[in-house]
Amino acid sequence: MNPKLPNSFRTGPDERGHFGNFGGRFVAETLMPLILDLEKAYAAAKADPSFQTEMNGYLKDYVGRPSPLYFAERLTEHLGGAKIYLKREELNHTGSHKVNNVLGQIMVARRMGKKRIIAETGAGQHGVATATLCARFGLECVVYMGAVDVARQAPNVFRMEMLGAKVVPVQSGTRTLKDAMNEALRDWVTNVHNTFYCIGTVAGPHPYPMMVRDFQSVIGEETRKQMQEAEGRLPDSLVACIGGGSNAMGLFHPFLDDPSVEIFGVEAAGHGLTQLHAASIAGGRAGVLHGNRTYLLMDDDGQIQDAHSISAGLDYPGIGPEHSWLHETGRVTYLSATDDEALAAFMLLSRLEGIPPALESAHAIAKVTELAPKRPKDHLMVVNLSGRGDKDIPQITEILKGKKQ
Amino acid sequence: MTTRIDARFAELAKEGRSAFVTFLMAGDPDPKTSLDIIKALPKAGADIIEIGMPFTDPMADGPSIQAAGLRALKGGMTLRKTLEMVRGFRKEDDTTPLVLMGYYNPIYIYGVDKFLADAKSAGVDGLIIVDLPPEEDDELCIPALKAGLNFIRLATPTTDDKRLPAVLANTSGFVYYVSITGITGAAAADSKAVGDAVARIKRHTKLPVCVGFGIRTPQAARAIAEKANGAVVGTALVDALRDSLDTQGQATSKTVAAVADLVASLAQGVRGAKQAAE
Ligand SMILES: Cc1ncc(COP(=O)(O)O)c(C=O)c1O
Repeated sequence: MNPKLPNSFRTGPDERGHFGNFGGRFVAETLMPLILDLEKAYAAAKADPSFQTEMNGYLKDYVGRPSPLYFAERLTEHLGGAKIYLKREELNHTGSHKVNNVLGQIMVARRMGKKRIIAETGAGQHGVATATLCARFGLECVVYMGAVDVARQAPNVFRMEMLGAKVVPVQSGTRTLKDAMNEALRDWVTNVHNTFYCIGTVAGPHPYPMMVRDFQSVIGEETRKQMQEAEGRLPDSLVACIGGGSNAMGLFHPFLDDPSVEIFGVEAAGHGLTQLHAASIAGGRAGVLHGNRTYLLMDDDGQIQDAHSISAGLDYPGIGPEHSWLHETGRVTYLSATDDEALAAFMLLSRLEGIPPALESAHAIAKVTELAPKRPKDHLMVVNLSGRGDKDIPQITEILKGKKQ
Repeated sequence: MTTRIDARFAELAKEGRSAFVTFLMAGDPDPKTSLDIIKALPKAGADIIEIGMPFTDPMADGPSIQAAGLRALKGGMTLRKTLEMVRGFRKEDDTTPLVLMGYYNPIYIYGVDKFLADAKSAGVDGLIIVDLPPEEDDELCIPALKAGLNFIRLATPTTDDKRLPAVLANTSGFVYYVSITGITGAAAADSKAVGDAVARIKRHTKLPVCVGFGIRTPQAARAIAEKANGAVVGTALVDALRDSLDTQGQATSKTVAAVADLVASLAQGVRGAKQAAE
């Protein structure tokens, strides 16, 4: 592996959107001019101090940032090892980290004069965040959601509709996140003249992986400061769950050049890595889908395989291209947690800390229960609590009922 | 180097007419029927044959072609078998140009160099890869040109005059103008707009310009053939094929004829067009 290690892990991507061999712009010609426009508009926004000032205002007063870095005392005691801190992204308005990115993209869309916003969603958290900010700024909002996910994340469907968004259940393919993204791309190709595609994770064609990462990096930047205040030093390890990888990238990126910080991403192992799962790094290989080259689950003919995870937000056969690169360079270690492990972690955090995590975030907690006991008591471990579990309670209630029978 | 595509357009120019280009999915609904259909196309009036390479996630295709790809995959189609099908066709026909159309991932996984060598030796003449814009020419376009295959690019209503030269730079064989912003199977553009767009592209290139997306009837094919060097029909043929299947989605005795008959009537439309714009 790692043929040539970079001097810095924080300078990517190159001007063509590559992180090493990954990333790029694999899209239909119809979209290419718009993607180039977006790249320009985002670069201009990034260089404009008033953009940052305006965004910081909304992050503080609308989203409710900074999100706390909370010492999980009872979880720490229970596991008997590393000192565990939770980065409380679930306390953001709309209940997850997704809003950080949506706010940024909506502000870019406004600068570009786009009045119609489309999004794909798995768990519905990205859809809810998009519907919320579209309501706030008076924009038309259409959210594509796999029909399977519409059923298992019903509370979020009602929320999006209440916020004025149109939710389109996607019936094609496996009827989950991958197909929602296909359908959103089809909408975009059709309505490219007035539509902005608000992608929910660090995937898609350049500049999305970079732009979404930048907007989510507020998570890691705050964590650095907050840990400095709490403990007077850097954390020793970071843990986050990975669907496309945006909450993870947001936490990791500001620490990539601090070699003392161990970094763990947690993919969804579904029923287990030898069965149906959604762990593209553990079980996939490099290929091209949804605008970028990255690790994907596929067969020997290059056909994309069905992913499975108990958590709709992780049920995706790919991962953001920067993660693929961080895996190949060895900077980040990618682990995976099964459905059952995530469920157990959901219960554990609910009972010990009074914080029901989103099933997505529960995957990260599940690996913390393995990593923390093996580390000394002065080891500082930060886990990204990317979302709250309220949306999952109907689904979990059903599963627990089933288990009792 | 002239390819079968170049030769075909030279012949058509002599005849003073535009090309009728057909699209069907390889392996739809099964490999054998699919080969029988492809073999029937030249006699029915197809001048150039596009063959779709099935992919699970065709992000620029509408429901009809998505379903065709899934039928083919369910019938066991793979990229290797698509190339075998081309070989089967070439045993009987060494002149009709064959263009493979699809998405990059199956080719990337097959291996670019191996794919190009196998495609060339099987008798493929050109490639249309939807998710490879000029920005990614190093991936497949440049190697394909070196291997002696045409790389046919899509130009769209969003490809403005500033961008056209970049899109045309490494394009060969012909230019495929997608007449609408949208996916396959969507509504057609009106022929006046198409005429303007073709004229605009022709200011930048000497290559023939074929137009597709939304053409379903002989009348529409004829109207487009009067404005462009070729009219491409896909979804209408795929729909005719689908309508001929039994309730299990299997081919029937009517399947080959259903497609060939529609091809014949569309070809009539194209041949009835007045001299195409030059
Ligand atoms: C709470 C929560 N965490 C994590 C994810 C996974 O996305 P990502 O890997 O981009 O953070 C989702 C996606 O829906 C989510 O809702």
